[in-house]
Amino acid sequence: MSRNESRPLSPHLTHWKWAPNMLVSILHRITGVGLSVVGGLLFAGWLLAAASGEATYDWFLGLLTVESGAINIVGAVFGIGLTWAFFTHLFNGLRHFVLDTGAGYELQTNRRWSIAVVAGAIVATIAVWLWLFWPTLIQLTGGEG
Amino acid sequence: MGSGTGLGRVRGLGSAKQGAHHWWTQRLTAAGNVLLVSWFVVSLIRLPSLSYAVVTDWLSAPLVAIAMILLAANVFWHLRLGLQVVVEDYVHNEASKLGMIVLINFFAIGAGAVAIFSIAKIAFGGAA
Repeated sequence: MSRNESRPLSPHLTHWKWAPNMLVSILHRITGVGLSVVGGLLFAGWLLAAASGEATYDWFLGLLTVESGAINIVGAVFGIGLTWAFFTHLFNGLRHFVLDTGAGYELQTNRRWSIAVVAGAIVATIAVWLWLFWPTLIQLTGGEG
Repeated sequence: MGSGTGLGRVRGLGSAKQGAHHWWTQRLTAAGNVLLVSWFVVSLIRLPSLSYAVVTDWLSAPLVAIAMILLAANVFWHLRLGLQVVVEDYVHNEASKLGMIVLINFFAIGAGAVAIFSIAKIAFGGAA
């Protein structure tokens, strides 16, 4: 689309004072694209590897884990990243369902739920990975395991 | 020609000839994802390991295979709609836009077919 250079542009990202509802809107798109591309490829690749037999599957899993079955750094980045993206996109998606009914547009309400989405996703991600790593953490700190 | 009457647009005969269909299917698949992807994430976390034996055994259960096939169809449908909106908003060159939307469709339908066939093969293959 061509633009008349003599006409003014509406203020864009760099001109607005940042607010939680802007952040959560942008995060929704970023996490959506991330889940689609990275998550979609990993999901289909994982299933294809499983359907192709044990040798292929072990090779695929070897990209994300070490010998003992624990995740390696690539697995951790993808795993934790996708978990956070999932919770952010899920929680904000639920927020959008409420907005679709026409509710929740009051400034304070919108702000509160936007912050809740971002914070909730971080808390949920930490909770999931703490739970997954709990046995390892216990061992590292010399506990019973 | 104009853009039609208000009633025509409401009936889905606006300039895109599909009315609110895109918006509605996005919401419908989103609701499906809330259930299916949440189930999938919980299931993954609860599996004792992600070894070949554990994963193929899990996928062989009929209810798991059915849910996984529904999940794959729903997820790839939803991401196809979502990626299309992002491209429409940010890619302004008509040729690039068209090319990317074609690519998104190939990716979503292709990866969806890979996922669904793989689940079916494992499920029908029994203890292979």
